[in-house]
Amino acid sequence: MRRVVGLILWLVLVAFLVTVVLLIHPFGYPPSDMDDYIIENAQEETGNNNVVASVVFDYRGLDTLGEATILFTAVTGVLLLLRAEKRKEENS
Amino acid sequence: MLSKIVRTVANQLILFVLVFGLYVIAHGHLTPGGGFQGGAVIVSGVVMLMVAFSSQDLKKSLRERLLTIMESTGALIFAALAFAGLGTVFFYNFLVGTPIFGRIPPTGSNPGDFWTGGVIPLMNLAVGLKVVAGLSAVVLALALFARGEEIEE
Amino acid sequence: MEYIPLNFPFLAAALLAGVSFYILIFKRNLIKLIMGIAMMSSGVNLFIVALGYRAGGNAPIYTDVPEGPMVLPVPQALTLTSIVINVAVLALMLTMVVHIYRHTGDIDSKKSRILKG
Repeated sequence: MRRVVGLILWLVLVAFLVTVVLLIHPFGYPPSDMDDYIIENAQEETGNNNVVASVVFDYRGLDTLGEATILFTAVTGVLLLLRAEKRKEENS
Repeated sequence: MLSKIVRTVANQLILFVLVFGLYVIAHGHLTPGGGFQGGAVIVSGVVMLMVAFSSQDLKKSLRERLLTIMESTGALIFAALAFAGLGTVFFYNFLVGTPIFGRIPPTGSNPGDFWTGGVIPLMNLAVGLKVVAGLSAVVLALALFARGEEIEE
Repeated sequence: MEYIPLNFPFLAAALLAGVSFYILIFKRNLIKLIMGIAMMSSGVNLFIVALGYRAGGNAPIYTDVPEGPMVLPVPQALTLTSIVINVAVLALMLTMVVHIYRHTGDIDSKKSRILKG
């Protein structure tokens, strides 16, 4: 009984996703106002040939700062969890 | 520990992987690439060394204290470069126009000049250092935990 | 102007997300759940990159670029951040599965849901 209800809900979800995808703009002709400004003026304002690197580190630098924080926190969490247990030897 | 042929080939190949990874990190402002991509290339070289030799032999060379110092240094350099342009805005590109990394390339298609880019090549190096140290520490800790030991202090 | 019928790259990303939703609802093994989450992150990253394609465009880098329009650079920057965050979260999930297996001896998700008082 629960499996049948779950299957019907999953089919509704997949139908919703497929319908939404068919109604977006046609593939290959996106609306682009902000990106036209960035492609035109990125070489004078940042002095850089790589437009993607100047977007990652200069125009949207706060996102990269947050991502560096997440990487640091995840590495700290993994190294904290993987310590071998030593308490059993001290209590005996 | 695998056979002698695999160990010899891994010893010779790690040099080329290291040079290619450093090239991808250092030329991040001229060609596709940058800090995160070059860091992933070097970590795959470290994983190759861990498969060829056993992870207990690598535990003596890569100590945990050195890896955490490297990662914290990378994060601190990134934050210091972000705070250094605080005179105008947070994250201001204050090196455009000065003789260090400050030339402006001609508009349109051109062969790249290395001393361009402002503060971005230094940020690439800081992020690359952070990714290499962090991900290789995670991989080493996971491989050692499966045998019942822990990563050394 | 020629259009690709049915917006095929967007449809592929939507089907990837649909298959990963099936895995997340109906499977009970913990390792299969982690693989489903990794598949969903691949589908979402593909969708974000495919949103910014211009027909007949070149890579957005000015070093020796041929003539023509350029692809949009902002979705590629967002995908870079998303991939790194997915790697970090996946590493944390795998260490938690290792700990659960060591403490309860089973990777079935129904048996490790009981909190012992």
